[in-house]
Amino acid sequence: MTTAARPEAMPATPGTGDLLLEVSDLHVEFRTRRGVVNAVNGISYTLHERETLAILGESGSGKSVSAQAVMGIIDTPPGYVTQGEIRYRGEDLLTMAESERRAVRGQQIAMIFQDALTALNPVYSVGWQIAEMYRVHRGSSRKVGYAKAAELMDRVRIPSAKERVKDYPHQFSGGMRQRVMIAMALALDPDIIIADEPTTALDVTVQAQIMDLLSTLQEETGMGLILITHDLGVVADVADKVCVMYAGKVVERGPVRDIYHNTAHPYSEGLMASIPRLDQKGGQLHPIKGAPPSLANIPPGCPFHPRCPYAREVCTTDHPPLYDVAPRRQSACHFWEEVLAGGN
Amino acid sequence: MARYLARRLLQIIPVFFGATFLIYAAVYSIPGDPIRALAGDRPLPASTIEALRDEFNLDDPLPVQYAKYIAGLFRGDFGQSFRGREVSEILRQRFPVTIRLGLLAFAIEVVIGLLAGLLAGLRRGSFLDNLVLVSTTFVISIPIFVLGFVAQLVLGVRFGLLPVAGLREGWVSYVLPAMVLGSVSLAYAARLTRTSLVENLRADYVRTATAKGMPRRRVVGRHALRNSLIPVVTFLGVDLGALMGGAIITEGIFNIPGIGREVFVAVRGQEGTIVVGIVTALVMIFIFSTLLVDILYAFLDPRIRYE
Repeated sequence: MTTAARPEAMPATPGTGDLLLEVSDLHVEFRTRRGVVNAVNGISYTLHERETLAILGESGSGKSVSAQAVMGIIDTPPGYVTQGEIRYRGEDLLTMAESERRAVRGQQIAMIFQDALTALNPVYSVGWQIAEMYRVHRGSSRKVGYAKAAELMDRVRIPSAKERVKDYPHQFSGGMRQRVMIAMALALDPDIIIADEPTTALDVTVQAQIMDLLSTLQEETGMGLILITHDLGVVADVADKVCVMYAGKVVERGPVRDIYHNTAHPYSEGLMASIPRLDQKGGQLHPIKGAPPSLANIPPGCPFHPRCPYAREVCTTDHPPLYDVAPRRQSACHFWEEVLAGGN
Repeated sequence: MARYLARRLLQIIPVFFGATFLIYAAVYSIPGDPIRALAGDRPLPASTIEALRDEFNLDDPLPVQYAKYIAGLFRGDFGQSFRGREVSEILRQRFPVTIRLGLLAFAIEVVIGLLAGLLAGLRRGSFLDNLVLVSTTFVISIPIFVLGFVAQLVLGVRFGLLPVAGLREGWVSYVLPAMVLGSVSLAYAARLTRTSLVENLRADYVRTATAKGMPRRRVVGRHALRNSLIPVVTFLGVDLGALMGGAIITEGIFNIPGIGREVFVAVRGQEGTIVVGIVTALVMIFIFSTLLVDILYAFLDPRIRYE
């Protein structure tokens, strides 16, 4: 049976806890001098305790913007959330007063950014920056703040944490800096951590260490984790479910195993095929032809049709809703059955 | 930090000798004979010329003259002018005037320039921002002597708010010339502060601070501001020295007996010892203020400290 796109998102992964976050029909646009850029066009997802959601997409797919909307750190102007709800434990963050919202930021929902070198303030020591969380949100003294910072740095496995508390960001390696960011996000024991491309700026070996660390910390704290990435390979082992985004919309979502083994949307299929694989060594790379559309000028019908090998007449006019493909699994493709049958 | 400071202090030595030698050589190479200039139309007896040339070491080669001058300097002896005035006495009389003028101009520059820059940067695109941008462009594009005369005419003569020229009315006399002297620097400082703040407000670490749930006041005041001030401090430090040395035109317009006027007269009279003495003192002020900046800079930016 196929149904039209529903505002409520997919059910929880088995074995997870309470519903933490429910994003429904979120729209974000940027009003620029050259016109309106529709960065996020009605995405929905849910996140539960102990659950890891991977949001997958190319740059310009709206994945980072949707996370920034959840954090409430989009610059207005030019960015506006024009529609939708972001419910944290049932309360809509978008209708909250700024002061209430600020209390959620950092304390209940924390964020880790891609490039820790620029995301940390270069003129303050890392300990100062972690301690700031306790000093501002908890009114702790400087001394207590630094002590807790050292504890946290130890917890994210920074060697000789006590001695390094007063060091500055530029004195750490890339991987250690990202650990500092993680420590900072972890400081007030948040329910949710959103990690925006946390490993993109790092070496492959360090990437795995950081992903391991995040998933260990998640087991310890029971927090919900949102991983934003363009590389499914990085998150395949730790994620429970995946949202694939294209042109500001969710095109496919479901449990990570299902999508990893057999995609139900031509775009996710293309993404999978473009991952270089060891067992195909010496073979050709398979990029998705064409480029993602400009978000100021999204094609009519299915936004992926100009690049889609399955595209027909109907795709240029009718926007596909999210069809139920399987339990807890949806695809926004008119021909999802064909894509699924095609295998990959 | 100690190593940085030591290295920075050692750098003063070559700068001091290099700068003073260049000035000395420049004055040495001015064409014409200073002794003859001293005498004017009346020819001097050969013996007198000889005695004077000997007294001022004028027959020595340049390096020897310079060495003798520096040796005197280290004994606190700035030498004498050809007319027999002690250069140190001239410095004692003139320098306080210029320093007062320069410091007041600097204070005006820092207070108004930074404030205007910060307000404009925080409210980018607002009326105030545009006002700051337009008025600073205006000030920068007008020659300083035009600005000086207009200020004299409007504030001094037409409205009688401030003394027009001279120093007869105490510290109030310094206000108008200091405003004119500091105006261009003020405009640059305001623009630099604005641009730097706007840039830093867009920086990733500011977004991080917001995501940490910090209040806006703290995001701007503790995170963005300190980073924004780094280039501004550099500019201000170099400018402090420039204000002291650049007062020549302003002192002329406002008839202020500072070093600017003194050095102007001395250059025309080929009074080498006065020129070199004054400029050497300026070089020392310059070296001191840049040293101050570098220390402040290392305090503001740890990346410098641990290089």
